[in-house]
Amino acid sequence: MKMPKPDAGVIARRKQIVGALRDIVPGEGVIEEVDELRAYECDGLTAYRELPLIVVLPRTVEQVSRVLAYCLANDIKVVPRGAGTSLSGGALPLADAVTLGLGKFNRILDIDYDNRCVVAQTGVTNLAITEAVEHKGFYYAPDPSSQIACTIGGNVAENSGGVHCLKYGLTANNLLGLQVVLMDGQVIRLGGKHVGADGYDLMGVLTGSEGLLGVITEVTVRILTKPETARAFLLGFATTEAAAHCVADIISAGIIPGGMEMMDRLAIHAAEDFVHAGYPRDAEALLIVELDGHEAEVDYLIGRVRRIAEDNGAASVRISADEDERLLFWAGRKAAFPAIGRISPDYYCMDGTIPRGRLPEVLTGIAELSKRFGLRVANVFHAGDGNLHPLILYDANIPGELEKAEEFGAEILKLCVKVGGVLTGEHGVGVEKRDLMGVMFNEDDLKHQQRLKCAFDPKSLLNPGKMFPILHRCAELGRVHIHRGRTRHPDLPRF
Amino acid sequence: MTPGTPEEVLDAVAEALAEGTPLEILGAGTKRNYGRPAEAGRRLSLSRLAGITLYEPNELVMTARPGTPLAEIEANLDRNGQQLAFEPADYGAVLKGAEDRDKTGGATIGGIFACNLSGPRRIAAGAARDHILGVKAVSGRAEAFKSGGRVVKNVTGYDMSKLLTGSFGTLAVMTEVTFKVLPAPDDSRTVVIPGLDDRAALDAMTKALTGPWEVTAAAHLPKPLAQRSWVARIAGANAATILRLEGPAPSVAARAKGLGEGLAGFGTVGELAHADTRALWREIRDVHPLVSPSALGPGCEVWRIAAPPSEATAITGRIAGNLRTQAFYDWGGGLIWLAIGALDDMAATKRAAIVRAAIGEAGGHGTLIRADAETRRTVPVFQPEPEALAGLTRRVKENFDPKGILNAGRMYAGV
Repeated sequence: MKMPKPDAGVIARRKQIVGALRDIVPGEGVIEEVDELRAYECDGLTAYRELPLIVVLPRTVEQVSRVLAYCLANDIKVVPRGAGTSLSGGALPLADAVTLGLGKFNRILDIDYDNRCVVAQTGVTNLAITEAVEHKGFYYAPDPSSQIACTIGGNVAENSGGVHCLKYGLTANNLLGLQVVLMDGQVIRLGGKHVGADGYDLMGVLTGSEGLLGVITEVTVRILTKPETARAFLLGFATTEAAAHCVADIISAGIIPGGMEMMDRLAIHAAEDFVHAGYPRDAEALLIVELDGHEAEVDYLIGRVRRIAEDNGAASVRISADEDERLLFWAGRKAAFPAIGRISPDYYCMDGTIPRGRLPEVLTGIAELSKRFGLRVANVFHAGDGNLHPLILYDANIPGELEKAEEFGAEILKLCVKVGGVLTGEHGVGVEKRDLMGVMFNEDDLKHQQRLKCAFDPKSLLNPGKMFPILHRCAELGRVHIHRGRTRHPDLPRF
Repeated sequence: MTPGTPEEVLDAVAEALAEGTPLEILGAGTKRNYGRPAEAGRRLSLSRLAGITLYEPNELVMTARPGTPLAEIEANLDRNGQQLAFEPADYGAVLKGAEDRDKTGGATIGGIFACNLSGPRRIAAGAARDHILGVKAVSGRAEAFKSGGRVVKNVTGYDMSKLLTGSFGTLAVMTEVTFKVLPAPDDSRTVVIPGLDDRAALDAMTKALTGPWEVTAAAHLPKPLAQRSWVARIAGANAATILRLEGPAPSVAARAKGLGEGLAGFGTVGELAHADTRALWREIRDVHPLVSPSALGPGCEVWRIAAPPSEATAITGRIAGNLRTQAFYDWGGGLIWLAIGALDDMAATKRAAIVRAAIGEAGGHGTLIRADAETRRTVPVFQPEPEALAGLTRRVKENFDPKGILNAGRMYAGV
């Protein structure tokens, strides 16, 4: 992975920069010792590591603003960081960049039940928001699997999903307001405690922008009333085609389950060996279908889903009898990644999304690639919304095997794009998929994305080297080219 | 100009760019009066760039050209028991100042996304911006680009589809939109509580929306506006607080019963069945209680105020203290529709200042939806942005439309 060439001039000024940052963030908020910097050298994509130039941990919005203004004035790159759980290298440090850690922004500022929202500082964890309101029967819907550690600001930066986003939406759909510090130190507020703000949807644009547009310091999210009841089906199928067909039939019947997950044989076995959830070992594909909501609705839908499953030849049909059993059904799915970790020294998690109906052919394609690369793959799949998580099993101690796994992963993503899907459903582009952007977008598509970047950060100092394979200068992107030869078109209908 | 292909749109924009002729971008033109009057030398109509190009009910996705009539889209969805869950409003009656209900309809899907419309289900299902999946467009640089895709979960690059949604054609001309479609509910009912004053109604709506009943719309019509409903039970009510439940019939019945019991403390609770529910919420969606016929005479101004629900009655109270108004509430109080009667002795800018000051204290956004062209030229139609944000808005505009040829000035002066 090629990163932008570190700026030797900035590295040479390191001592001076440390001094300036200490003036802004006094005390222990500036880290320069190598031993301490080591804790920040990577994020959840551990294959890539780099020591940051300096880490700064501001405590106030004003400090964030002054740090950014200083860095802009002195041409210093900045890498924003929440909990560092990104799976795509979004928070990977750069040797010539200040890593701006937001861990000290860890307070919930306001819980407003009447307006059904929570205002939290950016470094509050996803789960902490639910924990703060669940005694009143509320929760925050998006539930990425790292929710115990990942921060709400990071969720905004990545537009995180989770198993319940089929019915309850992604981060973008559960966000009401943001406070953001721009690269020039200006502080803006978007949205508020309400929906329906007018103006450009810059909150929508910042969501999923991977720390390239601004530094989020405060987030207002909507909270929902906890569903009265939730029950889960465990459905075993003899073929993945039958399972995929069952998913399509459930959706066609007008049913949007709270969650709908699929696992293939290797994932079923690994999870079952690990947590003993009672998964059917003879199944080629397992579906977990969760129905939640009002009791009368759940009871009614259970009958309908059962019939659809049976019509699709489900070999085993179980419905959770109580809350413990429902959680047990989920325990296997939620432990799928560590379960794979038990049967392979390393694994590489992919994140493409495909149109649901193309699943059987994509799984066949992945199986063929698995043979070609000589690496095993386990498939875990948010079946309801088409988000695939193939886990490629490899051993980093065997020379060349990591590269082979990466190449295999890239082929899977290209296959996803080929069938009408996308490179990443919820993990982000980061450094990991940066060089694949050209598979999905042409030059003009990417230039328009970068023009948005130019509006926010014209000197491209925020999180450079992520998301875009080639960085154009904003001055060059700003030129207006009037395309010669496109003059008058007399044949254009006019009125 | 009425291009019929994306290539012709590109040519038309390239020509305008070369000549420096600003364009007014139109679908069917039903929302021409929404926003500031655009400075334009020529019209670019997308009415011929029409048609559904992809509809896969099993995948819950549709792709259409921008000029496709909403009616065509809804007819196709209806055949498959599906709908646009964001319930796009028809502002025809509000914008045209129509005194009869026939002057509505005709909207195109491009216009719906360009204006980021939504409806009463906004609180449960989001707005157009929550349903768009991908877009193809031509920017003011006369370059075609695309963003997003056709799948729901997608974080590949910036979400430019959201950027264009609600940008009123000021950044790019959309040539294709791909959006999420969802199952339509089998059944619906409306729980009605008559006779509440605004404050009590707000409490009732808050209770309904914080309970376990999965309410998909919550509105309150004060007395004089309830009487304008075409649904007899509402017209006969002395103010009506209305709460919608949707879903499978057994679920709707059970939830309606539970909700009625839960709200018994607010008064005698009644119920509307499916047909009346559909009619009533269409009225709320399209702002009919205020404008058909105009509540305060044909010259009235209409504001759409989005604010924290708990502040709703405080906002309307502050405005009513200074102006002759009528208002009703949607989104559980999070949306206020407010009409201001024409006052000859007060300047439009002063009226707007009163409204904006009342919203400002609560932290909300006020949009002047209906006013004459001169007023919309002088009064900020959209919520004025603080300088740092306004600067960012201008830079976004400059990057996509550096010569200001697309709907120039439609949103803010110069944007």
